[in-house]
Amino acid sequence: MSALLTYVDELLVGLGVPAPLPYVVVTGIKIVVVLLPLILSVAYFTYWERKIIGWIQHRLGPNRVGWNGVLQPFADVIKMLFKEIVVPANSNRFLFLLAPLVSLVTAFSVWAVVPFSETFVIAEIDAGLLYVLALTSLGVYGVIIAGWASNSKYAFLGAMRSAAQIVAYEIAMGFALVGVLMAGGSLKLGDIVLAQQGTSLLSWFFIPLFPLFLVYFISGLAETNRAPFDVAEGESEIVAGFHVEYGGIAFGLFFLAEYANMILITALTVLFFLGGWLSPFAGIAGLEGTWLAQSGFHWLAAKMVFFMFCFLWVRATFPRYRYDQIMRLGWKVFLPITIIWIFVEGVLVALEVGPWAV
Amino acid sequence: MLANYAPILIFLVVATGLGLVLLALGFALGGGQKDAEKLSPYECGFEAFEDTRMRFDVRYYLVAILFIIFDLEIAFLFPWAVSLDTIGLFGLVAMGIFLAVLIVGFIYEWRKGALEWD
Repeated sequence: MSALLTYVDELLVGLGVPAPLPYVVVTGIKIVVVLLPLILSVAYFTYWERKIIGWIQHRLGPNRVGWNGVLQPFADVIKMLFKEIVVPANSNRFLFLLAPLVSLVTAFSVWAVVPFSETFVIAEIDAGLLYVLALTSLGVYGVIIAGWASNSKYAFLGAMRSAAQIVAYEIAMGFALVGVLMAGGSLKLGDIVLAQQGTSLLSWFFIPLFPLFLVYFISGLAETNRAPFDVAEGESEIVAGFHVEYGGIAFGLFFLAEYANMILITALTVLFFLGGWLSPFAGIAGLEGTWLAQSGFHWLAAKMVFFMFCFLWVRATFPRYRYDQIMRLGWKVFLPITIIWIFVEGVLVALEVGPWAV
Repeated sequence: MLANYAPILIFLVVATGLGLVLLALGFALGGGQKDAEKLSPYECGFEAFEDTRMRFDVRYYLVAILFIIFDLEIAFLFPWAVSLDTIGLFGLVAMGIFLAVLIVGFIYEWRKGALEWD
């Protein structure tokens, strides 16, 4: 990968292309290398979701388009592209079309700082975690603008619910991340993973930070408005929530953003708590030299797939929370848990035990 | 230093471009006839009763205010957490006091019922 990029860079410089252009091209290639698989994963995540929920409910799931329905996501995309985009008469046309764009751009751009292996990350910035938090917070604007611009009651109610919920769980998430930072000692995502490198998987952060790990993942469910916290969409109460007036690919952009965000939550959970691309079998006798003991993208992907499955599993298993219960869980349960655990970590740091041992 | 952020700028441009292209494709391929009924906001098939830009529950506003307070708190905690090994015990105790003051506020809020939803 990096050899290819250097080759392209040298080729362009050799051809006499002016200064910033080769850099832009090489970065562009990197971005495509990230975005294309991401979009494909979103497509197959939706397919997988329908299949797994089907199996859990003793159905077959999509099985008509292609072998066992594997072409279903493409059929969906083509259908969405050919559907009409209706801009309601009373809406703010500009804001109405801006909202899906905001959602998509924020959901995609976060991936710029996600390290996929020790060497591959698009933008290696020191304030990586801050950037992640900033962009996921900006994602709320997509929801709010969509609900406001639609000028439809269901959309408005959905947007209010969704925004309040996202904002509430962002607090719990932020405090959980403070705990991660106390253990990792860096805002750079790659460094947080490297801080978990040790003899085996026992040095990953999910052991000393176990409550934060749970809070982070469950807050992730709430942040992405997933079941059992999906009152913002609540088909049976407010039809579809903030995107009720959206059709065609305008809805598709929201959909893409939502699923990209879900995959992002799995990636971040793995990076912060489960050693990212590190191998769980490192250091086990007899496995040295095999791919099992090797750190790399395959381990990140395997762990992410597990958490993506958890997203679907949870959706198929749990009934929906009531809105007041959601807010109670966020403010009165998760927030105290994270604050208490920060104090516990403070004591651990002072006593120099666990990952803080000198 | 700042050059590290250049890929992010390129990424933002690419993502925006992708979104715009998809929207443009949607408009080009979507077609369809518009009429007053289709363009009216959805409200269970009724005529819309009133404008949507109406009053809404003040609790949403309250949540927004609480969010700002706690988010600022987190913003304070971030640099502290990163520099934990250089500030030593003094830093730990100082942040403990800071957090304790905020927790008093949180308990007050809780007892006042600012976190209740019904």
